[in-house]
Amino acid sequence: MKSYEILGQKDTRSGFGAGLHEAGKLDSNVVALCADLTGSLMMDAFKDEFPERFIQAGIAEANMISASAGLATGGKIPFAGTFANFATGRVYDQIRQSVAYSHKNVKICASHAGLTLGEDGATHQILEDIGLMKMLPGMVVINPCDYNQTKAATMAIAKYDGPCYLRFGRPKWPVFIPEDMPFEIGKALMLNEGKDVTIFATGHMVWKAIEAGHALAEKGIDAEVINIHTIKPLDRDAILASAKKTGCVVSAEEHQMNGGLGDSIAQLLGRELPTPMEYVAVNDSFGESGTPDQLLEKYGLTTAAIVAAAERAIARKA
Amino acid sequence: MEALNTVSSMATMATQIRRDVLRMVHAVSSGHPGGSLGCVDYFTALHFHFMKHNAANFNMSGNGEDVFFLSNGHISPVYYSTLARSGYFPVPELATFRKLNTRLQGHPATHEHLPGIRVATGSLGQGLSVAAGLALQKKIDHDDHTVWVVTGDGELQEGQIWEAVMFAAHRKLDNMIVAVDFNQKQIDGSTGDVMGLTEWTSKFLAFGWEVLEMDGNNWDSIMKVVPEAQSKLGGGKPIVIIMKTEMGQGVDFMMGTHAWHGKAPNDEQLERALAQLPVTEHGDY
Repeated sequence: MKSYEILGQKDTRSGFGAGLHEAGKLDSNVVALCADLTGSLMMDAFKDEFPERFIQAGIAEANMISASAGLATGGKIPFAGTFANFATGRVYDQIRQSVAYSHKNVKICASHAGLTLGEDGATHQILEDIGLMKMLPGMVVINPCDYNQTKAATMAIAKYDGPCYLRFGRPKWPVFIPEDMPFEIGKALMLNEGKDVTIFATGHMVWKAIEAGHALAEKGIDAEVINIHTIKPLDRDAILASAKKTGCVVSAEEHQMNGGLGDSIAQLLGRELPTPMEYVAVNDSFGESGTPDQLLEKYGLTTAAIVAAAERAIARKA
Repeated sequence: MEALNTVSSMATMATQIRRDVLRMVHAVSSGHPGGSLGCVDYFTALHFHFMKHNAANFNMSGNGEDVFFLSNGHISPVYYSTLARSGYFPVPELATFRKLNTRLQGHPATHEHLPGIRVATGSLGQGLSVAAGLALQKKIDHDDHTVWVVTGDGELQEGQIWEAVMFAAHRKLDNMIVAVDFNQKQIDGSTGDVMGLTEWTSKFLAFGWEVLEMDGNNWDSIMKVVPEAQSKLGGGKPIVIIMKTEMGQGVDFMMGTHAWHGKAPNDEQLERALAQLPVTEHGDY
């Protein structure tokens, strides 16, 4: 199992803030909107350097999303940011009609996604957002794994013409993706080539998948670890090639099992290459208050859970 | 498109558009004639007289021209007829309204690339926000053109409308003229019975808007109030016209009731309606 050096501990929302700032420098059409959470989304650098392109939308997310569609119509590249719950479920119809159906170049930027939001509890811990967004025709859905990947993804979606959903989080998390690695929308990232089982992971669970790879290696299991940062469009070729090689797969995500990354992979494999599959995800439950680590432990989103899932998957191989 | 500069020429065009509206909804036994008929005069005045727009070369961005948004997308028949008659797309295409593979979807959409449509509307309350976003873009880019919007009065029951009203005032979007189609009717009855909104003028004033009132079915009123609204552009406040209209205007048996909000006339009713709106020099599609 390949080792990755931890380059630091940073939150992915800061990667978004840094990427937005860079995107703003590179293209004067980039504008940013925020619904009263500028500090939480680390948008201050953009706001300070480009005050005329920063739009405080207030606690009025529906208007923010539709107004972003209007800005995009006129030629702007709006990045609309708020907590993931308010960026998706609260404004689903605005995204559906004004952005997705109208195919507007709006970037929906969702922070504090998943259980790792922590103590604020289940009202804010959305675990359904990937499912909601991926069902919308034409919507790109991205869930990067660390600070550097989030920064690169933010800059990449600025150059992509069409609606995008970018999901990131609150806690400090290991940084291991090289700072200069370009982000390719829709292209899976191979982190370790293996032959016994494939772990497909997204977001914060990617680092845990790497840890699981090492734990499995100690048990003599050679795991392939692939970072699926883009849930839609899904990298079909990479997933099918890996599943064919290893013969069993695990998905790992900080999201509901229903509607998440695992769901997308299972649908693909079910149609093209039926393969034993295990899921590491939240199983039809809301979250609750607690520290991120406590919550990940309680809801089964751990390194040990990935290891166990990999062993179950291997046991199911014919 | 040639601008129409006399009331009589606009009135003639309005009669033709009313015929289009009735024939379109009749042909597919569905659609929304009532509100469409009420708004025909204002749509005609805007698209053939007041708006500075380039119908023949539709540009999605609307940069360098006036832009129109219909927030209450269900009155698509009047929108489509006005767009076609003002040169955005061929008039005969009106015959495809609501039919399979049409660009003239039941509610306006960009998905089929119909020239003139800049965003999908139909789910109410969103178009005003979209228009405010585009008005803000024009401000940022120093494009000194006007964003025109029509909303329904029942639509003001949507909370998002008031988010947009707040936003437009806060951002000083004084390049927007919004007409509220004040016909006081919605699907389930009168707006007062369904969900009474009172003190309209005071509400908009309290949010920091310029407020004007107009009879949207009276040419003298339209020709007086719209220029008055335009004179307030650039004054630091968004502008709203409370536009009193009659649902079903122009067809006697469709007026004074909410029954024709979303119902198409049958053959006999169409004949009776068209008899009140003689065919014009522009001709039926």
